[in-house]
Amino acid sequence: MKLTREQAAQVAKLARLDLPEAELSKLATQMDAILAYVDKLNELDTDGIEPMSHAVPMDNAFREDQIKPSIGLERALKNAPAAKDDCFQVPKVIE
Amino acid sequence: MELTDLNLQQLQEQLAQGSVSSVDATRAYLDRITATNDNYNTYITVCEAEALAMAEAADKRISAGDAAPLTGIPLAVKDIFNTEGVKTTAGSRILGDFVSPYDATAVARLKQQGAVLLGKLNMDEFAMGSSNENSAYGPAKNPWDTERVPGGSSGGSAACVAARQAVATLGTDTGGSIRQPASHCGVVGLKPTYGRVSRYGVIAYASSLDQVGPVARTVSDCALLLQGVAGYDTADSTSVDRPVEDYLADLQGGVKGMRIGLPQEYFIDGLDPEVQQAVEKAIETYRGLGAEIVPVNLPHTDYAVACYYLIATAEASSNLARYEGVRFGRRVDNGKGLIEMFCSSRAEGFGPEVKRRIMLGTYALSSGYYDAYYLKAQKVRTLIRQDFNNAFDQVDLLLTPVAPTPAFKLGEKVNDPLQMYLSDIFTIPLNLAGTCGMSVPCGLTGEKLPVGMQLIGKPFAEATLLRAAYAYEQAGEWQQLRPE
Repeated sequence: MKLTREQAAQVAKLARLDLPEAELSKLATQMDAILAYVDKLNELDTDGIEPMSHAVPMDNAFREDQIKPSIGLERALKNAPAAKDDCFQVPKVIE
Repeated sequence: MELTDLNLQQLQEQLAQGSVSSVDATRAYLDRITATNDNYNTYITVCEAEALAMAEAADKRISAGDAAPLTGIPLAVKDIFNTEGVKTTAGSRILGDFVSPYDATAVARLKQQGAVLLGKLNMDEFAMGSSNENSAYGPAKNPWDTERVPGGSSGGSAACVAARQAVATLGTDTGGSIRQPASHCGVVGLKPTYGRVSRYGVIAYASSLDQVGPVARTVSDCALLLQGVAGYDTADSTSVDRPVEDYLADLQGGVKGMRIGLPQEYFIDGLDPEVQQAVEKAIETYRGLGAEIVPVNLPHTDYAVACYYLIATAEASSNLARYEGVRFGRRVDNGKGLIEMFCSSRAEGFGPEVKRRIMLGTYALSSGYYDAYYLKAQKVRTLIRQDFNNAFDQVDLLLTPVAPTPAFKLGEKVNDPLQMYLSDIFTIPLNLAGTCGMSVPCGLTGEKLPVGMQLIGKPFAEATLLRAAYAYEQAGEWQQLRPE
């Protein structure tokens, strides 16, 4: 067993997913099978191999620090589930 | 002959001659969509009024003598491209009401050329899937057999072209998401080299692997559409500042003397015999056209799927953190507080496969497992890229099957995620290596299901890729396949 149900519950918490018990158990079983499969990578000796994070070698892409038009408040807030006084509205954080 | 039978090149000629108007062509497609979309479920959103307005503007532009290559051509894009003022769902419930405030660069480039945008196409949720069954809007169906999947994740993009519901379409490809559905639907699909087409405004799945590409009826059409969207974009820091070749200039150059490699690891047990036969016949065609066929090795092929499902899920878990029910997307507020609101919005908004990948990626990146999984996968990715570099020292192109089997039945693999993942075994390595590849129809099975072959090119060798594909298409008997 690579992944216990308790570990899966911890991962769900990190991933901000509120999963009911049945869904969590099913996911844990499926993830366990997938993790067993990906273990085959350990057959390979990768000592001294550079990790690759990108397909194309590139440096930081900087642009000129200029003010350009942006989409503006109204359009930026248009898709918000709740907005008030030109701000995104969220449930109360501090009592 | 109906207007929807004209391919891109043919419609372009007729528009230029004035024998057809863009409005007529657009109406013909809208009618066809209305008549057939219940069968194929390819469009999530149809932009009827907008499309007709664009067609009218295109006709004016054509009569003014100001036409660009794609002016007036009715196209459609995967619902992963942000499109200003149009619903953009990424196949997810969480973006069910999202109306994008801006255009993706690829969409903006099509609009600048005066192309007509018919609508937004079905896809696996957030491009995660190989069958289109992970769409929150029901699966698109394969026009060759509506009991079968069109492939995924750009299943709508491929099925739409096969069903003649658009002249051509745009999709995205993270692990085979253009090539595999193109193969299953009998159309031509190209995944360009990473960095060739801007990803700006394309809803992100796995940012180091995602790439935009065309799906079309012919190789020339594919070249034309790629020409329309390729090129450097300052808004995408990973797009590459390098001139775009003229993809049509050398299209008819042929393959005489070209060295085509056959990776031995791709012709394995488990390959469907009809797929194998079709691909072997294509190899013979190339031999007949004067290409030199050379066996090569990509020794780490067998590790690509495992490598991909760690890297792609890790990147996805990070990219999809943005859906929290605050700035956009669905909110489910249970009244318990902010974090609880995040957790329920995400749990109710995402489908099972997306949750599975977020969980897997979160685990692979979490403290204590990072080195064992994510870092290990990144090192294996280096080995996979080295395989391709070594092979390309010996040959100009590689030729392989696209998928181990023809289109499978709806429901056949939904309960076994790992089996579903393994259907991408021949397409995934390219995304990891970052190079370009395409799917070209090369046969039909006894059950009349299309088979595609994959051509793989060196980074930024799209012109060579298209030239070889064109030579085969012209010589072969599988031009412009269409379902009955």
